Amino acid sequence: MADKIATREAYGAALAEFGAKYDNLVVLDADLAGATKTGVFAKAFPERFFDCGIAEGDMVTVAAGLSTTGLIPFASSFAMFLAGRAFEQIRNSVGYPHLNVKLGATHGGITVGEDGATHQCLEDFALMRTIPGMTVICPCDAVETRAAVEAAIKYNGPVYLRFGRAATPVLFDKETYEFTWGKGVVMADGDDAAIIACGTMVDIALSARELLKADGINARVINMHTIKPIDKELVLKAAAETGAIVTAEEHNILGGLGEAVAGVVAEANPVPVLRVGTEDTFGRSGKVPPLMEMYGLTAENIAAKVKKAISLKK
Amino acid sequence: MDNAKVSELEKIANGIRRDIVTQVYSANSGHPGGSLSIADVLTYLYFEKMNVMVDDPKWEDRDRFVLSKGHASPAIYATLAAKGFFPKEELVKFRNIESFLQGHPDMKHTPGVDMSTGSLGLGISAACGMALGGKTQKKDFRVYAVLGDGEIAEGQVWEAAMFAAHYKLDNLCAFIDNNGLQIDGEITKVMNSTPIDEKFKAFGWNVQMIDGHDFNAIEAAVNAAEAFKGAPSVIIMKTTKGKGVSFMEGKASWHGAAPNKEQYEQAMNDLAMAD
Repeated sequence: MADKIATREAYGAALAEFGAKYDNLVVLDADLAGATKTGVFAKAFPERFFDCGIAEGDMVTVAAGLSTTGLIPFASSFAMFLAGRAFEQIRNSVGYPHLNVKLGATHGGITVGEDGATHQCLEDFALMRTIPGMTVICPCDAVETRAAVEAAIKYNGPVYLRFGRAATPVLFDKETYEFTWGKGVVMADGDDAAIIACGTMVDIALSARELLKADGINARVINMHTIKPIDKELVLKAAAETGAIVTAEEHNILGGLGEAVAGVVAEANPVPVLRVGTEDTFGRSGKVPPLMEMYGLTAENIAAKVKKAISLKK
Repeated sequence: MDNAKVSELEKIANGIRRDIVTQVYSANSGHPGGSLSIADVLTYLYFEKMNVMVDDPKWEDRDRFVLSKGHASPAIYATLAAKGFFPKEELVKFRNIESFLQGHPDMKHTPGVDMSTGSLGLGISAACGMALGGKTQKKDFRVYAVLGDGEIAEGQVWEAAMFAAHYKLDNLCAFIDNNGLQIDGEITKVMNSTPIDEKFKAFGWNVQMIDGHDFNAIEAAVNAAEAFKGAPSVIIMKTTKGKGVSFMEGKASWHGAAPNKEQYEQAMNDLAMAD
């Protein structure tokens, strides 16, 4: 069995690693450095770490100001309090002037678990996607997280990165994995249908593929780590070659990866697109596996949706 | 400063006031009242104090200015044009679809604008970020920000106030344009932000209170702020909303209204008399 590492752990480790390589990298947090793992960077580079206290709006706009002096700030909090609480600061102070600010949002999605609905952000992709010029990334494992963090450092402009709380399987090899900006990754081939997933749902999509194989269905699995700008070419290739798409994300089915994919398909090559995600509902407290079960974020549900999508093919 | 210098700055400020009214009249929209009240401090900063380069607006070692009360954009635009950052002819295109002079300042397209602002309470945080960036990189530029007295009802202003004191941002100097009026009326009636000085003192700032239309007082306070080490400084300026235009002075109704033709001519007359 593969190693399990939470993407937030990989985020903290990546910041500390790249802090040595990029001396203009600075990190901000809002009193959650232990949980977001920016504390790892703080320990290595205390003079370049700034705790802002529990004041996320201020933190984001401070980061905007810092970026105008040539520094590359990563501002971190839970996805709920970054994309949610500080939405307007992100839009007006970072997005509008297209400043070089990186937003490292941890604890995205339902896998926050026991803390419950107030802390389970299921809206961040939707909020961040609507800001012009914002890049939205949700890596699927620790290796991709490390690569995405460095890619974000090298890119000049605002980037929202979403990481998870729970430990998840490592799918890639650190030595060989290459993160290509805006390009999805085909994890497994197949021509009967395509499952386009991001974050925690990529590994679950691979399990769904195994379930479908037993029924003679060969599903392609695409890891769409960059939700915006979305890899239109890869989506349309999947639409043309499979004729049926299922999306899977740890996010409301409204406004996230599913709707991004559906938008691309609807405008160019309409094929059935079925969305797996939370269905316009808030989460609740619980252990992660029963929560994933309760909200349909399972291999079984993805497999069932794939069969439905295939039945809807023209 | 000597009397000749004061007269020179008053003349510049008066020209800036004329350009403020002209912009709002040309656009038939905008915010004249709170622009006129900060014309003097902007004149002092850009013509006496700040280290900026007109030919290189993004020069990395320049002093920074953030107009946290972004609706006073006509004031910063008139000042930047007077300083030479862009041609004065652009001013009559204020708020026009073809102009870079947006309703609220846009750092991406307007030479000399250091931060995009407009949504209240955000600019002061950006100024904190700039000041922290300067300290982190051991640069000695200074950061100035102007806030409205109505604006300080925004909670983020106090998040930033706490932040600036915590990080000892003594390279930051904020001004409060204390004209006592906001859109809905007197600040003490809409949402009482007084005592402003006591609040900033409690947050750990170096606080000064001055007449915001007295160049000698502005100079003394700005220099005292620069000399003060270990804490950020705030200068609370008692000002007159609509300063210099007889029928606009002290009237909340001129917060965000444009003059008609007769009013415009009257305003130009008032300001010509002051020269």
